[in-house]
Amino acid sequence: MIPLSHFLLISACLFCIGLYGVLTKRNAIQVLIGIEFMINAAVLNFVAFGRYDAEQGGGQMFALFAIILAAAGVAVALAIILNVYKHFKTIDPVKTDTLKD
Amino acid sequence: MSTEQIIFYFFAALVLISAFMVVSMHNLVRSIFLFFVTLFSLAALYVFAFADFVAVTQVVIYVGGVLVLMLFAFMLSNKELLSKINPVNGLIRINHIAGILVCVLFLFILLNVIIQTDFENLKWIKAADQISTNDNTVHLIGIQTMTRYLLPFEVLSVLLLMALVGAAHLARKERKV
Repeated sequence: MIPLSHFLLISACLFCIGLYGVLTKRNAIQVLIGIEFMINAAVLNFVAFGRYDAEQGGGQMFALFAIILAAAGVAVALAIILNVYKHFKTIDPVKTDTLKD
Repeated sequence: MSTEQIIFYFFAALVLISAFMVVSMHNLVRSIFLFFVTLFSLAALYVFAFADFVAVTQVVIYVGGVLVLMLFAFMLSNKELLSKINPVNGLIRINHIAGILVCVLFLFILLNVIIQTDFENLKWIKAADQISTNDNTVHLIGIQTMTRYLLPFEVLSVLLLMALVGAAHLARKERKV
């Protein structure tokens, strides 16, 4: 039986790795990957706490919901990234600093 | 150390190492393929929390959906996406230092909270009935989806439709006016 705190330690590390990716990467797809890491860290927490909920399965249910929401978010985000690339000819978030024109 | 623990810590190390390599790598293709490794080993960690259905969903949705989408996103766009982003100059370095500082401090806060909390002796954790290895979680999830969590489930289906329509609208070719 793995103790709960070890799951939480792993997900804390994973969250901070994702945060680092979001803050420092200069490629929108890599920023998106960083966000995915943060979402996955949250899902790991859901699942780890869900072990203590045998009647209602709340942790596992919301882990599933979070995974599906993340997938929907990625689809929209990638469509936006492709459009940004068409418009600016770059996906460097530092350089795409105008909303219109 | 039991076999269970050895496998768990092996996958935990795999998650953290590959995740760190993903964010520290400059080559986008390599970092996306390493992202595969991270997601697979995360699915393995879910199994250790008795969430086998979530683990299978993780593999199907992330590896089957998200990663294929990401690979197509940069295959459909120009080759320039693949090339290295410009070399770092002085300003970017400062940006990096600030980012690293924020992450390390945040990690410090999180670890501090987790280490100081005595999870095993919390009242609600002691009172909770834990999922055991014999429980059928797929059965549980199926029943709970159609009873207790029916509303979030339906809302989610509407949201998925919205995301699908929105993504298709954003990605369509602009009509010449």
